[in-house]
Amino acid sequence: MESIVAHENDLNLKATELRLGLPGTDESEKESASCTKNNKRSLPECAEESAKNDDLDAQHGDCEAAPAAKAQIVGWPPVRSYRKNSLQQKKAEAETGFYVKVSMDGAPYLRKIDLKVYKGYPELLKALEYMFKLTIGEYSEREGYRGSEYAPAYEDKDGDLMLVGDVPWEMFMSSCKKLRIMKGSEARGLGCGV
Amino acid sequence: MDPNIKKTKNSADSANYPEAIQSPSQFPDEVLEKVLSMLHSHKDRSSVSLVCKDWYNAERWSRTKIFIGNCYSVSPEIVARRFPRIKSVTLKGKPRFSDFNLVPQNWGANIHDWLVMFAKVYPLLEELRLKRMTVSDESLEFLAMSFPGFKALSLLSCDGFSTDGLKSIATHCKKLTELDIQENGIDDVSGSWLSAFPDNFTSLEILNFASLNSEVSFDALERLVSRCKSLKVLKVNKGIGLDQLQRLLVRAPQLMELGTGSFQQELMFRHCMELENAFRNCKNLQILAGLWDASYVYLHVLYPACSSLTFLNLSYATLRSDEFTKLIAHCPNLRCLWVLDTVEDKGLEAVGSCCPLLEEIRVFPAHPFDQDINHGVTESGFLAVSHGCRKLHYVLYFCQQMTNAAVATIVQNCPDFTHFRLCIMNPGQPDYLTDEPMDEAFGAVVKTCTKLQRLAVSGLLTDLTFEYIGKYAKNLETLSVAFAGRSDWGMQCVLGGCPKLRKLEIRDCPFGNAALLSGLKKYESMRSLWMSACNVTMNGCRLLAKEMPRLNVEVMKDEEDDSHVDKVYVYRSVAGPRRDAPPFVLTL
Repeated sequence: MESIVAHENDLNLKATELRLGLPGTDESEKESASCTKNNKRSLPECAEESAKNDDLDAQHGDCEAAPAAKAQIVGWPPVRSYRKNSLQQKKAEAETGFYVKVSMDGAPYLRKIDLKVYKGYPELLKALEYMFKLTIGEYSEREGYRGSEYAPAYEDKDGDLMLVGDVPWEMFMSSCKKLRIMKGSEARGLGCGV
Repeated sequence: MDPNIKKTKNSADSANYPEAIQSPSQFPDEVLEKVLSMLHSHKDRSSVSLVCKDWYNAERWSRTKIFIGNCYSVSPEIVARRFPRIKSVTLKGKPRFSDFNLVPQNWGANIHDWLVMFAKVYPLLEELRLKRMTVSDESLEFLAMSFPGFKALSLLSCDGFSTDGLKSIATHCKKLTELDIQENGIDDVSGSWLSAFPDNFTSLEILNFASLNSEVSFDALERLVSRCKSLKVLKVNKGIGLDQLQRLLVRAPQLMELGTGSFQQELMFRHCMELENAFRNCKNLQILAGLWDASYVYLHVLYPACSSLTFLNLSYATLRSDEFTKLIAHCPNLRCLWVLDTVEDKGLEAVGSCCPLLEEIRVFPAHPFDQDINHGVTESGFLAVSHGCRKLHYVLYFCQQMTNAAVATIVQNCPDFTHFRLCIMNPGQPDYLTDEPMDEAFGAVVKTCTKLQRLAVSGLLTDLTFEYIGKYAKNLETLSVAFAGRSDWGMQCVLGGCPKLRKLEIRDCPFGNAALLSGLKKYESMRSLWMSACNVTMNGCRLLAKEMPRLNVEVMKDEEDDSHVDKVYVYRSVAGPRRDAPPFVLTL
């Protein structure tokens, strides 16, 4: 009953492939599987459908094997292609992590963290404390990270070394190129009252 | 045809033309034409043309704007014969479901033959507005070269052209006032088309290139905006950043409609102030769109302009509810709001509180294909809006869950709905509280909203929904149905009722030949019927085609099953079967 539309030239073999994974986990979000969720519909006409149902059984396989997985239907929900493509783009951007290097003065090698994982500064600082086994302390506009041996700094788009915490989180996210955890004496200039 | 010929007939004395006195209309043709020239609605003009032959003639001579809702319902030759003085053409092509990839490529609706005819018969053509048509670069070039007075081009949801075609328009249309390119499936080769506007070109009033991706030269854009003093509408694409936006606004403070580019850029505080001032100086701004990747950090620059906004389109800005709530509080005069469901129910509650004048709301899904994510809006958001915005008459709502009770309350709050489009995104989903079908919800809609013109249904629906629709929806013109109904009876109810039905589009429903054929008499009064993935067979379609020769019955067959019909598109036409049908379309 569902339209088995081959998306342009694509044979849509993926639709007939039996998988246990969630659909969409391998970038095939734009293409459509041609299986509808039949586990929610209790409509008698399903039985009346003759040839169609047999063809779909193979595709239904992956629908039923993973009940949480919802295969995509062509053209549903009814969102225009243009909007759909913009959303895909956004999603792709959102899913790629935003990894930045983190260096700590005196450490033998650098680390990398995904800034997208954190919702704000407190979480980020906690993560840094955990990763490097140190304490950074509380931020204040006047004193920076007073009372701490370490100060978190970052290099922005212009190449300047900036103290973490001055600008709103989103602005920080969009301008941070790499992080640097500075130690005591060096950090004095950045507002560490040590 | 020389218009003067007509006039002399009536200035002759009555002795030679006794019919002129005895004719029922009693008006000289000039008077009738003058009166009719003040009629703009094409529906009124249609009615006028049916009164008598005189009126038919007077109407066709005075018509300058033509609207063709289905390009195949008529042919270029027929149009040219009937209407000698057309300056503005609106044409719609493919069935609406082509927007959702349900119509294969190369289906048709090509503009070219129309343009060739227009070049012959309407050399003074000024406006062309196309929706879901196929337009090639050659056609655009032909258009640009054939009509020296051409003013307005609007392409919505079209395909087949590239930015090269736009270059022809920019280069040759010296009197262009409008270039509106929206959501088309095109080849975005480069942004150089914008630079093709000549340096002495100043007539532009409307420019919308928001949906094009390739970057244009900002320098060329800035100069264009500077010299086009009558520019009222400017919608730029994502490539234009905030500091560039500020410079454009400074050049065009008279703008009434603005589509921003990307709203995410690191701005120094000083530049933020300048941008905010630029918005403050746009005293005529009523419509705001774009706001791609809107970072909450910068939304405050909009506040000075918000109080005069009547239409805010945030459907490409993924704002959270708290961010959105702060913004909407500044927009008390909104009549129309488009948002993403990232604002969640809380955001919609804010809408209910802040926007009492709201008439239209559209809530789009940010994650339409991730149905396991617990995001988006529910029935409570919709309820909140209906509670605060009693003037609401247009809704498009994508949600994960809904209840019959909520919808019943919503239409009690807002009985004036003319357009009610509800999309519960999981097909066949029942009322999530009671587990019942959503029949009563739509029953409430059609019973309460007597002015309803357009309805889209969703969720688990039995034939009862359609009984309600057929019985109560007296003004319904457009109905969209998907994954609904139990038997032929449902569709039969709709076709047997709904006296004003014009467009019926159905997908994935258990309606078969009996249902299809029950509408025999009705289809000639409708624009079109679309049925896909239903239970219709070739025999049913053949019978329909045989009984109703003035309908075009176009079938796209099922790949595997020869007798089963995958898609059928039925429409009335005075032009006969179309000659440009591709091989996969069978006209019966």
